[in-house]
Amino acid sequence: MEFPLLSTILLAPLVAAFALCFVPKDDRETIRRGAAFATIFMLCMTVYAFFNFDTLEGGVQFVEKIPWVEDLGVCYSVGVDGISMPLLLLVGVIGISAVYTSWNTEKRPKEFFILLLLLIAGVTGTFIAQDLFLFLLSYELFVIPVFIMVLVWGSTKRLPKEFVGMKFIVFLLMGSAFMLVGVVMLYVNAYPAGERTFDFAALRMAGEMGHFSDSFQISTFPLLLLGFGSLLSMFPFHSWSPDGHAAAPTAVSMIHAGILKKLGAYGLIRVGVLLLPVGAKYWSPLIVTTAVMGVLYAAYIVMAQKDLKYIIGYSSVSHMGYILLGIMTLNATSVSGAVANMVAHGMMTALFFSQIGYIYERTHLRSIPELRGLAHYMPHLTIGFMLAGMTSLGLPGLIEFLPEFTIFVGTFGVYPVQALIAIFVIVFTALYVLRLLATLLFGPADEKYAEIPDEQGASMVPLLVLGAFIVGFGLFPSLLMNVINCGIEPLAPVFEQIANAPTMMGTMGGVR
Amino acid sequence: MMDFWAISIEIAITVLLLLTLLVDLMLPKESDRRPVAFITVIGLVSVFVFSLGQYHLSPSETFYLGLFIADNYSLFFKQLFILGMIFVVLFSLEYTHKFIRYRGEFYSLLLSALLGMCVMASANDFITLFVGLELMTISFYILVGFRMDKAESSEAAVKYLLVGSGSTAVMLYGVSLIYGATGSLDFVTICRNIHLFYAAGLAGVVLIMAGFFFKLSAIPFHMWAPDVYEGAPTPITALLAMSSKAAGLAVFMRVLYVAFPILGTYWMTLLAVISALSMIGGNIMAMKQKDVKRMMAYSSIAQAGYMMAAMASADYAGIKAVMFYATLYLFANVGAFAVLSVVEEERGGTTHGHLTGLSEASPMLAAVMTISLVSMAGVPPTAGFAGKIYIFTAAVDYGYVWLAFVGFIMSMMSIYYYLLVVRAMYRDLEQKETECARSIAPPFSVRITALLSAAATLVVGVWPDFLAKATNFASQTFMR
Repeated sequence: MEFPLLSTILLAPLVAAFALCFVPKDDRETIRRGAAFATIFMLCMTVYAFFNFDTLEGGVQFVEKIPWVEDLGVCYSVGVDGISMPLLLLVGVIGISAVYTSWNTEKRPKEFFILLLLLIAGVTGTFIAQDLFLFLLSYELFVIPVFIMVLVWGSTKRLPKEFVGMKFIVFLLMGSAFMLVGVVMLYVNAYPAGERTFDFAALRMAGEMGHFSDSFQISTFPLLLLGFGSLLSMFPFHSWSPDGHAAAPTAVSMIHAGILKKLGAYGLIRVGVLLLPVGAKYWSPLIVTTAVMGVLYAAYIVMAQKDLKYIIGYSSVSHMGYILLGIMTLNATSVSGAVANMVAHGMMTALFFSQIGYIYERTHLRSIPELRGLAHYMPHLTIGFMLAGMTSLGLPGLIEFLPEFTIFVGTFGVYPVQALIAIFVIVFTALYVLRLLATLLFGPADEKYAEIPDEQGASMVPLLVLGAFIVGFGLFPSLLMNVINCGIEPLAPVFEQIANAPTMMGTMGGVR
Repeated sequence: MMDFWAISIEIAITVLLLLTLLVDLMLPKESDRRPVAFITVIGLVSVFVFSLGQYHLSPSETFYLGLFIADNYSLFFKQLFILGMIFVVLFSLEYTHKFIRYRGEFYSLLLSALLGMCVMASANDFITLFVGLELMTISFYILVGFRMDKAESSEAAVKYLLVGSGSTAVMLYGVSLIYGATGSLDFVTICRNIHLFYAAGLAGVVLIMAGFFFKLSAIPFHMWAPDVYEGAPTPITALLAMSSKAAGLAVFMRVLYVAFPILGTYWMTLLAVISALSMIGGNIMAMKQKDVKRMMAYSSIAQAGYMMAAMASADYAGIKAVMFYATLYLFANVGAFAVLSVVEEERGGTTHGHLTGLSEASPMLAAVMTISLVSMAGVPPTAGFAGKIYIFTAAVDYGYVWLAFVGFIMSMMSIYYYLLVVRAMYRDLEQKETECARSIAPPFSVRITALLSAAATLVVGVWPDFLAKATNFASQTFMR
């Protein structure tokens, strides 16, 4: 029997969290070392999986399948394909960075690290699940850890953290209520009672056999979109996201912007587009347009922000708009660009948040007018900010350039106007990123920051790990793109098949 | 032939009931009556173990000409009631010791309520149903008013008595109409009688259903629930929420599916509408509540709504979903009320204010409370999620997509008021509240019940297979 690699990756944080329950609550050293050990182990395993992923063979690899709930047709079935493999790597990278960013947590460290590990386990489970039930089970695992972490370790700036935590959860769960109705309808319509299954492959098969009629797809897709779209912070359902980032502790902001939003995008591809392609095609003009509006609107809002976390929060709404644009353009190029951008943006935002977290932890300041000239005293922090900033505006040679470019290439032929607007927004992005870096890092030196130590030791880990991947994938994009392309390839027939499917524009008397 | 094997569980409980009375009499006056509690627990555990052997593949045993039926379905529910009772007696040891004056009688009455529930689950005609129902409710009338130190408790008892007897009267009138229309009280005989379609029969069915809706506190028959839940001693509130409701559902399903299947097109719609009303109303009204026990009353209205949504799709999937959900709801309730009883005992109340800072006072209790509440809201990875998937798959399968919409949206909305409790437990303490961080060490019995229930909630949530198989087995032999 093969070594159950993916289950090991999934179990590592869970076992660690369980073990931490029995550590005395004052023993901070053991607690944080245990958490760090679990995430290092996870990262090593995911890197191993990433480089052992056979791009020639493609398909779903490292498969494990155990019957789980017979009468629902659920299997404990895990595996990764070219789409989920890079995202799993993203989880590994951000997981370890999140633990090291919270290295100095003073307040109730035991509960903090247990919840953090649960959160990491939840997102891991979502990306490796090959079964819709398992997917949902881990998809919403974030709810309680995030709520409690915002409540206990969050910060109150513009809005009270209690309010933000509640808004965050209620917003997302209302979205997933619609999504769950959609999923139950999918499940019931796929096969007659008795043969039902939650298996992704079997559900796709049902779609290919025509069990999902066109009108069913068209009416169900919006339900899924509401659920996954609100987690993806799709305009106009994004308002929870910047507030959430601002109130959450740094590690949660990192996971939330770096991974949770990608969970929405991933769900939209895996469940929405792949199972209901005709429905996706029908609604695509509307969604592409709102995505571009989101890109533009959020970038515009960033210009007026002073709080660093709000800046990155809105900028991530804007970037997620690109990803949604790529997905909903529904061709192989744009979707591969979107998936690559999910990885790129995840690493970039996580790096940004970890740097902000570092400076906030020491100064309790995070608004731009108060923080300036940090480069004079903190070279390491400056490198972190510069790297994240340059990635964010898409500098060639860093990870985000190629994915964004690919999205534009894929989109331009289909939606030229929307693509033009999206490209134009890069100017905004450059403007706000450069302005932020200029004032934050390179203003006149301020004596009061001379006392603050630069990043050293544990606090350097996020910069090193995330930086290595940002630069590495930037210089050798084929490492990333090959894996993604082998995941997208099998989707090409789906996209071809829906090329001539009607869109809402067609039915409403407009152009196709 | 009289087959006493079929009623062995009831006989055992009766013997236990008499034994507790005797022991209570024999103990010295100033004794703290803990022996009675231990006898109750040990007795119930042995009855539970004994009942495991009663599952059968052969046709079900009946007693007294089929008026009382011991099928797997009723057996499953009886085990549920016994389990619930064991948990409640365990976690309320200290509570009873502190707040209840007549402790010996308390345990005897608990057992008589349990006996009533068991009879209800097995009832196969209206008289048996009525006997079981009244045995249960009359015991509860007394138990609700069992706190001599609290006026609310007596108020709740009187309210419960008045509304409860009113609803009993309504139901009895319905039964008499059914008897008039069909000439029988036996479910199996009634079901073939075409006279049910006449006005008297239809009116009878509606009145019987109204009576059940009262017992289940479905909207618009819910007015009694909040006051009663709030005023009753906490362990009794737990029993009202889980066991009494499950008993009502068990017999309600048998009445509808066995006695009135030919009227299905009528009552299914009625049930779907009442279920939707309960889900919407219960969840919305729960949002404003400050007292957690009162909030639980409204939440239990909504939970009854979910279960009725599954009942509305009248097939085995629906029955199975109800049984599955009733079980996980029992675990969630045990967890939540175990915590509440400790909090009430330590801090004198169960409002959000009393729960403040619980995460620092006792991280374990706060975690159990959180898990239990999240399970009630139906968020993964707790059991509530699997339960809701079963319920709404059954509903969608039957064509009630709108009901699934209402159900999922309301259950996700319900997370709001459950999280208000979580917020109270975990939020930062203000300067003047530092007293709330004072550590609480729950007694061993509470710790065991709380941890067991939380573990059950998580295990069923992640691995529902065992419970699914058990409920499948029990529901598929329904009526056999």
